[in-house]
Amino acid sequence: MNARAAAIEVSHLVTHYGARKILDDISFAAGEGEVMVIMGGSGSGKSTLLRHLLGLNRPTSGSIKLLGKDITQLTADEMYDLRKNMGVAFQGGALFNSMTVGENVELPLREHTALDDNTIRIMSRMKLEVVNLAGFENLMPAELSGGMIKRAALARAIVMDPKLLFFDEPSAGLDPVVSAELDELILTLRDAMSMSIVVVTHELESAFKIADRITVLDQGRILMSDTAAAVRASEHPRIRALLDRTPRHETVDPEEYMERLTREILG
Amino acid sequence: MSTESLRTFVEGVGRRTVLLVRETGYLAALLAEALYWLVVGRWHRQPVRAAAIFREAMGVGVQAIPIVGLASFATGMMLAIQGIHTLKAFGAEGQVVLGIALSVTREFAPLITGIFVAGRSGSAIAARIGTMQISQEIDALSVIGINPVRYLVSPILAAMLLTLPALTILADLMALFGGALYCAGELSLPMDVFFHRTFEAVEAGDVIQGVAKSVAFAVVVTLIGAANGFGVSAGAEGVGKATTRAVVLGCIGIILTDMVFTFLASR
Repeated sequence: MNARAAAIEVSHLVTHYGARKILDDISFAAGEGEVMVIMGGSGSGKSTLLRHLLGLNRPTSGSIKLLGKDITQLTADEMYDLRKNMGVAFQGGALFNSMTVGENVELPLREHTALDDNTIRIMSRMKLEVVNLAGFENLMPAELSGGMIKRAALARAIVMDPKLLFFDEPSAGLDPVVSAELDELILTLRDAMSMSIVVVTHELESAFKIADRITVLDQGRILMSDTAAAVRASEHPRIRALLDRTPRHETVDPEEYMERLTREILG
Repeated sequence: MSTESLRTFVEGVGRRTVLLVRETGYLAALLAEALYWLVVGRWHRQPVRAAAIFREAMGVGVQAIPIVGLASFATGMMLAIQGIHTLKAFGAEGQVVLGIALSVTREFAPLITGIFVAGRSGSAIAARIGTMQISQEIDALSVIGINPVRYLVSPILAAMLLTLPALTILADLMALFGGALYCAGELSLPMDVFFHRTFEAVEAGDVIQGVAKSVAFAVVVTLIGAANGFGVSAGAEGVGKATTRAVVLGCIGIILTDMVFTFLASR
């Protein structure tokens, strides 16, 4: 790890879904003011890892330190305080559909601060300006396009000026131009507000554009967690497959294949 | 029956029993949590806001007045028709007032109110929470630091506990009015005489029994609606199923609670 303090420190994280092991011995760290990209194919466990980083699921074992605090050990009150320093933009935006865009962005301020109504409105409008959604505060989420929803969700995520920002699949389902704009926005947030940012994505181009460090997940394990340049230069065959977009060529065992097809029929 | 199918049957019964116990436990935990936030939420920075309670009270209570009023009116009239028809055989039509008064206050008013609120609001609660579940809005609440049960369940529970007893009293009056109107036409019994006899026959305990039932129904409808909403995992179809389940189980829950309550109260 470099000289900067660690914003995120995960060590030996193991998680299960029912009896199935999803994440196996995950350890990595991300420094303050860095963009850490978590990359991996579908089913690699990156969404599960994000849920654990957000404290939404309880791990089987291991520790997750955010801003120096182990969230697997915190009391509800301590977690509540930590959440003021965390912002999350979900994949589908997760805007509250019963509220206007403005009310969505204002909600964290209303919950966490005792500011008066006008201050809250001005602060939320400032964040909507940042994401280029000025003037849209009275629309309902259903009236927005996909890219606008992601930007509104980002505005809600940063309204408390968090130290730590999580962004799930920023470019999924967006056209290249809008997706590039979001990448720019992420870099601006890092530089202007010195946020530590975690981005979960499977878009290579976007990942290398924004990442200071990249963690590559594959089938619940970490293949590599290093600087973007080191990951790009990696010779690991699975990482190369991901970077060069080569399909997986798993050898098929004929015996096992037959067994899978006829299981519970012959037995 | 072969041993194989017998075993499958027994296994099925066992599995369903385990599910039932688990679901009952979940409902109990949900009730405990919703009440916990109602009582001590304000000291744990999770206040249940009065504005939210009143908003829900409008939806579950005030807006249910026309339908509950009409249904109770019709039920009162129906009781009068059936009562007079039955008692005619004994030449005791005059006793119909006693029958209507007691059955309405002790049984029909709370039951009709409960069933209609289960149909209107139980389904709405399940649909709202279920939709929020699949669009990650519940997760978004959690990461903002808003406890979903405090924000979504406690206000509805409080609103139900406030409005269902009030609706039940209204249903009492409307049903008695319906009965009185029919008796006035059929038996030429003046309305004031009908109500005079009613208030002679009915004791405070009868009305209290009905109101107490409605409190239990409020808990049943809220919990079953919310639990089914939180249980949604699979898309729009899941929301539809949860909604149906909330109404069916809500109505069954009300009738079973009523049976147990009546049994205990009349011993």
